[in-house]
This record gives sequence, C-alpha cells and structure tokens, in this order.
Amino acid sequence: MLKILRYSFFDLMRSRWSYVYFAFYLLLGVILLFLNNDLSKAVITLMNVIIVLVPLIGTIFGVMYYYNSQEFTELLLAQPIKRASIFLGQYLGVALSLSMSLILGLGIPFVFYGLFESSAVWDFSLLLITGVFLTLIFTALAFNIALSNENKIKGFGYAILLWLFLAVIYDGLFLMTLILFEDYPLDKLSLFGTMLNPIDLSRTLILLKLDISALLGYTGAVFKQFFGTSFGLIVSFFMLTVWVILPVGRIINKSKKKDF
Amino acid sequence: MVTIQNLHKKFGRNQVLSGLNLTINEGGIFAILGPNGSGKTTLIKAVLGMVIPDKGEITVLGEEIKKNSDYRHKIDYLPQIANFPSNLKVKELIKMIKDLRKPTDEDQRLIELLRLEPFLDKKLGNLSGGTKQKVNLVLTFMFNSPLIILDEPTTGLDPISLIRLKELIKVAKAKGKTILITSHIMSFVEEISDEIVFILEGKIYFKGSIQELKTKTNQQDFEHAIASILTNNHA
Repeated sequence: MLKILRYSFFDLMRSRWSYVYFAFYLLLGVILLFLNNDLSKAVITLMNVIIVLVPLIGTIFGVMYYYNSQEFTELLLAQPIKRASIFLGQYLGVALSLSMSLILGLGIPFVFYGLFESSAVWDFSLLLITGVFLTLIFTALAFNIALSNENKIKGFGYAILLWLFLAVIYDGLFLMTLILFEDYPLDKLSLFGTMLNPIDLSRTLILLKLDISALLGYTGAVFKQFFGTSFGLIVSFFMLTVWVILPVGRIINKSKKKDF
Repeated sequence: MVTIQNLHKKFGRNQVLSGLNLTINEGGIFAILGPNGSGKTTLIKAVLGMVIPDKGEITVLGEEIKKNSDYRHKIDYLPQIANFPSNLKVKELIKMIKDLRKPTDEDQRLIELLRLEPFLDKKLGNLSGGTKQKVNLVLTFMFNSPLIILDEPTTGLDPISLIRLKELIKVAKAKGKTILITSHIMSFVEEISDEIVFILEGKIYFKGSIQELKTKTNQQDFEHAIASILTNNHA
C-alpha cells in the first residue's frame, strides 16, 4: 500500500493542479494577513473559507483522480497487489497531497508573519487539523461516489450535489426545522444534526476553540452548554474520526466486490 | 495450468458467461476467439481476479484464486488499452512496476528489441498509441512468469514491432510457458496459436487445433471456418 501511496502522491505532486491549489492558499494567506493585519482575525476569516472550499476541492479532486487513473488502476489490479492496498494507497495519495498543499500554502505566510510568537498559534493549528480532516472525509466520500458510478458525468454530478448539500442546503434545512419546531426542546436534535454533517461539525469545533460566542450560533451554544469547551472538542474530534473511518471502510468493502 | 469450472457472470441483466468450463494445460499458445461481446475479456479478467464471478471456481497453477492476490506473481498480463498515468515518464513507469513486482533485467533487452530508447525520458501522455503498446509489451514480457495473458496484443503495432512480438511469443513458448491470446486478426491467430478456444454465448463452443476446426466446419481456410461458426449460429 505504501508503494501505491508514494506513487500516487508523487504523481499528484507533479501535476499542475496541486500547484494551483497551493498557490491559491498561499495567495489567500498573504492577502488575508495583509488586509486584516491581525493573526486571530485572519484565522476567523480563513475558517469561513476553508470550511466551504476544502470539502469542494477534496470532492472534485477525489472524483477526478479516480476517473483519470482508471486504466492505470486496471494495470495495478493485474499485479500481485491486494485490492484494498491499491484503493487505500490512491485515496491516501490524493488526500495527503491535498493536505500538504493546504498546510504549506497557508502555513508559509502565517509563519513568516510571526505565527509562532503569537497567541493564535493553537487556533491556527486547529484550523489546519480541521482542514486535513475535511480533506480526508471528502476525498473518501468522493472515492465512494466514483467507485459506485461507472458514468463519469453522473459521478461528478453526485459529488457536486453532495458538497452542495452538506455545505449549503443542510444548514438551510436545519434552520428551517429549528424554526418549525421552535416550541419543542431542540437541544438534542440540533446536537445530533451538527454531528451528522462534517462541515457543521468542523465549524462548531473551531468556534468552540476560538471561544467567540457571538459566532457560535444556536447549535454551537447548545454544544458548548452540553459538553463544555474541552469535552466538546474531544467529542467533535471523535465524530470527525468516525466520519473518516466510515467512508474509508466502504472504499475497502466496495473495492473488494467491484468488477473492472 | 488453468482450470475453470462452471463459471457464471452477469453484468446487470446481461448474462456474459453461463456455465463456462475450460482446462488449459501447461505449455503452448492458446487463442481465445469469439464474436464481439462473447465474453473473451470477461473470461480473462475473471482469471486475473479483476472480474468477480457470480458462480464457479477458477484455479491457476493449483491455487484457488478467490480472495488471493499472490497467484498473480505467476501471471504476466497485457491489457487491451494501454493508458498509463500521463505524468510519469516511460522509465519511471517501468521502474515502478518492477518495484511493485520484483527486480528484473529483462527490460533492457526488450527496450532495445522494440527500439524504445528514444522514448524513455518522455512522459507517457505524449506517446502515440503504438509506442504506448510497446511500453505495455515491455511491462508484460519482462517478468518471465509461467502464464502470459495477452489481450489484443497487436493493437497499434507497426509491421516490424509485430514481427518482434511474434518472436517474443515464440521464445516464450519455447521456454515452456503457457500463453493465452485474444485477437481479432485471424492471420495472426492462425500463424501463432497451437490451439483455439472459441467462446459463443458465454460457453466454450469449440476447443482444439486449427486443423480440427477446419474439419469440423468443412472449410478450407481458417477465416472461413470461424465465419461459418458465426453464420450457422446466428442465422
């Protein structure tokens, strides 16, 4: 598996898109620091961007990479390598190269700005960790979609829909339910609703850490009240890990049964 | 060498293989023929473990292939469409496959034989179809495994490379290897194969030498013999 991972990783590291992605974050980091002139404020703005953009890029890259390397995958399948190693290797190759673009692209401008001397260093690290989690989750979801759909157009369509649903529509639906059932106690429901969406979960996680009550919103407030800050962090990390494990498990399962 | 028992495979509603039985003995060149969509590639992919059968058993060199990947150490496979990662160089791809399987020096000889030296530093995305097929051939023949499976090996090859390919196949045969070939070029099949396996509607319709096929169908030449099977079964 490590060999496949290495090859996928270096294959991607050499592709133009990794550089575009890296350059984008680099630019974003520099501009935000330039405009905000304040590390903590830049971190908050960055959060809003990362939480929407990282899943989108993870989904698209994941689907694209899978479909692009289909013939090569067939070549690998005829080699004495276990199926699970091939797909896990490719998945990790994509996810890690995306994570690296993210970490380096944002890390470099922040480090030069004096991240390590500032108090925002932990907030910033948490932001990057969440970004890596989101990359792992959404690349895995994308691989799942691609494995289940032979048709590329359909695969891309479902992938974009999934992102749209979790990043935008889910919140709308969630809010509507809260308004519709405002006469009932909704703490449990909203807690549950947050955990079922990795994007919401990440947002809550970061806001809990940043301790900005104004931005926490209803769910965040419930989260904080229910779990307290540190336990809330642990619970959200745990849930994010579950969100990684489940789709990765399905990649392994599905790949074992699929015909090529 | 390879035994297949009662193999069934369905893609959606399309029953491709229905109770196929086949035994391939050690040594010799076997051509797998059949009309388009008769299940040739599916059969080959089932042997390679790329297609998972609905029913049936396959053993390769005495090893049951279900949930096994090690037996593929003994198979060299040439896929139908050679499409490699376009960012890799030819050299790197060869190195990578060697790294994944086992070290070998055969690649140097094959690269010379197929005149691939000028392309070694080119990226695979920039190669023509025929050159890609040559790279594909190097990857297949460099390992010296006892079973060789070639799916449409002649695709895109120029006449000289075609001659070289035939030589490679003959040398492999002389070493006592078993070679399975699918091809649509009947003259190629006639020239090279010892035995024909004809698949029709998901089953083996005929297995035997070309001479036997001619006698069975009452035809003078091979191409007409094949055509007569098809017309008699579809008319």
